[in-house]
Amino acid sequence: MDEFDRLEQVGEVEWVLAPYDCMIVPGRIYADRETIEQLRREEGDGAQWSAIRQVKHVASMPGIVSAALALPDVHPGYGFPIGGVGAFGIDDGVAVVGGVGFDINCGVRLLRTPLQRSEVASDIDRIGEDLFRTVPAGLGAGGSLRLSIREIDRVLEEGATYVVREGFGVADDLQFTEEGGRMSGADPDAVSSLAKQREFQQVGTLGSGNHYLELQYVEHVLDAAAAAAYGLSEGQVVVAVHTGSRALGHQIGQDYLKELGAACTRYAIAIPDQEMVCAPIKSPEGRRYLAAIAGGANGAFANRQMITHLVRVSLARTCGLDPSAVSTVYDIGHNNAKVEEHEIDGEVRQVLVHRKGATRAFGPGRPETPAAYRSVGHPIFVGGTMGTASYVMRGTELGMKKTFGSGIHGAGRALSRKKAAKKFWGEDVVSALRKAGIRIFAHDPRGVAEEAPGAYKDVERVVGAAQAAGLNHAVVRLRPMAVIKG
Amino acid sequence: MGFTYLDHTADIAVRAWGGTVGEAFAEAARALIGAMVSLEWVRPMTSRAFALRGSSLELLLVDWLAALVAEKDVSGLVFARFDVDIVEDGPEVALRASAWGEPLDPARHEPRLEVKGISLLGLRVRVDGETWFAEYVADV
Repeated sequence: MDEFDRLEQVGEVEWVLAPYDCMIVPGRIYADRETIEQLRREEGDGAQWSAIRQVKHVASMPGIVSAALALPDVHPGYGFPIGGVGAFGIDDGVAVVGGVGFDINCGVRLLRTPLQRSEVASDIDRIGEDLFRTVPAGLGAGGSLRLSIREIDRVLEEGATYVVREGFGVADDLQFTEEGGRMSGADPDAVSSLAKQREFQQVGTLGSGNHYLELQYVEHVLDAAAAAAYGLSEGQVVVAVHTGSRALGHQIGQDYLKELGAACTRYAIAIPDQEMVCAPIKSPEGRRYLAAIAGGANGAFANRQMITHLVRVSLARTCGLDPSAVSTVYDIGHNNAKVEEHEIDGEVRQVLVHRKGATRAFGPGRPETPAAYRSVGHPIFVGGTMGTASYVMRGTELGMKKTFGSGIHGAGRALSRKKAAKKFWGEDVVSALRKAGIRIFAHDPRGVAEEAPGAYKDVERVVGAAQAAGLNHAVVRLRPMAVIKG
Repeated sequence: MGFTYLDHTADIAVRAWGGTVGEAFAEAARALIGAMVSLEWVRPMTSRAFALRGSSLELLLVDWLAALVAEKDVSGLVFARFDVDIVEDGPEVALRASAWGEPLDPARHEPRLEVKGISLLGLRVRVDGETWFAEYVADV
């Protein structure tokens, strides 16, 4: 009997994998039947990995609390599944490299503008082209901010606050960034000199792959109170920036895959999969890893802050917007591990919550949420694909109880890059989207084919499942107008 | 000697092979760079030497490929030709390699995907008859 045969459907979009083998807690998967069937088919087709088995692995790790969770955009990852959440007791739990991955604090920042879709629709080529030229993207594109090792140490420690102090942003950007744009506990000494050397010209670069910058408009308001709190209204033009900690985070991930591999041996921790290398949270190795990823997370906040500055420069040039008119709705990561307080079995406890391809999604009332959003919960951003919609959702009270306040982050791939590149031609994708009113600006046409809308799952289904489960609540639907890709 | 990209939902999965383990590692490196740029446009204008040690061939493969990923950011170099020699050294394995290439030029090299890291998933170095195989997945 494999993991799929053992899955029990306990709700419309809720499945439980009861503990067996080495599992300490159950696995709990929030997904519609179609997603579960697709995961099963992929495994049957000889896929090398299984997201449900990865949930089982997470449920087997020392100190895991309540359940190993997977959200509606679940698909196979490294170690944890994408869309995976695991909380661990501080005293008896572990920090797991596969619970964070290589792209530490990869995330989305949403910027609002005072522009209306109708004002820019006829000028979208010029606006998109200028953003494309202004924001470095793609392999080998260096950022305008070149940093010395000493300055990189400050980025590691201070995150977006450093970039703002250097003149590339305003205090409000920080107020509306998770953690105020600066994760505490970062230690530059926990980060290798190689990671720092790789970072020197990466701050303010978008990267490649699924990273993007999109000019979008608010198509529908679905939750008027929350949309008002977030300053979003129908027809409004917004900018979404999806990128992460770049080479800095990548090298931290690579370094600690090795370092915590050795720690696992030292502490005699049996791991179900090589990517689940870990160290006790309170051990020197565990603390060092958390100090390193806090630095990596700060690198990501700094990166999105610098790109925000570049977007302001571009929109000032093309639309005559004063930089102060472009403001941060919120900035939130979806690959991280953080110490948080949660009520577990009637008791408030500190736990280390790993979210891999999942965002924090705190419901109303949490002190971590900016005051302006506290009554409705903070926003989360669900990326669609180039041709479809994206969503702003919010955290819920039920989500706090069921998933440690976690949310979905995107549609998730349905086709491999190889299959997508065979099925679609980049130029065809660009012209089909152009007919639909969406302009694509990309450095690599093959990359466009690989990221074609048909290569991804339907974002509506993923959003629908998160909403049906009561974990996240849709606030507005966004449509792309111009897409900048690496 | 050669390499192929295997089907993989999110990332780049590689099978590389050669008559020696060193050749398999050289082809694994070509596959890695080939995922990032068009190999045929990379000219052998300059070279770099690498010396690495590992407790197993698999971990040595990860370190070797990760070193090439890092080199792209640190010195800006991408490579297309590799000469790799691997020997057992006590309980460890040691790699000595030369790589020939040039600075990454987005205008000429047709830049593609950025490799974030080399995963431990599906990592395998094996010999089958006369042929060595190196298999890995790169997170992009």
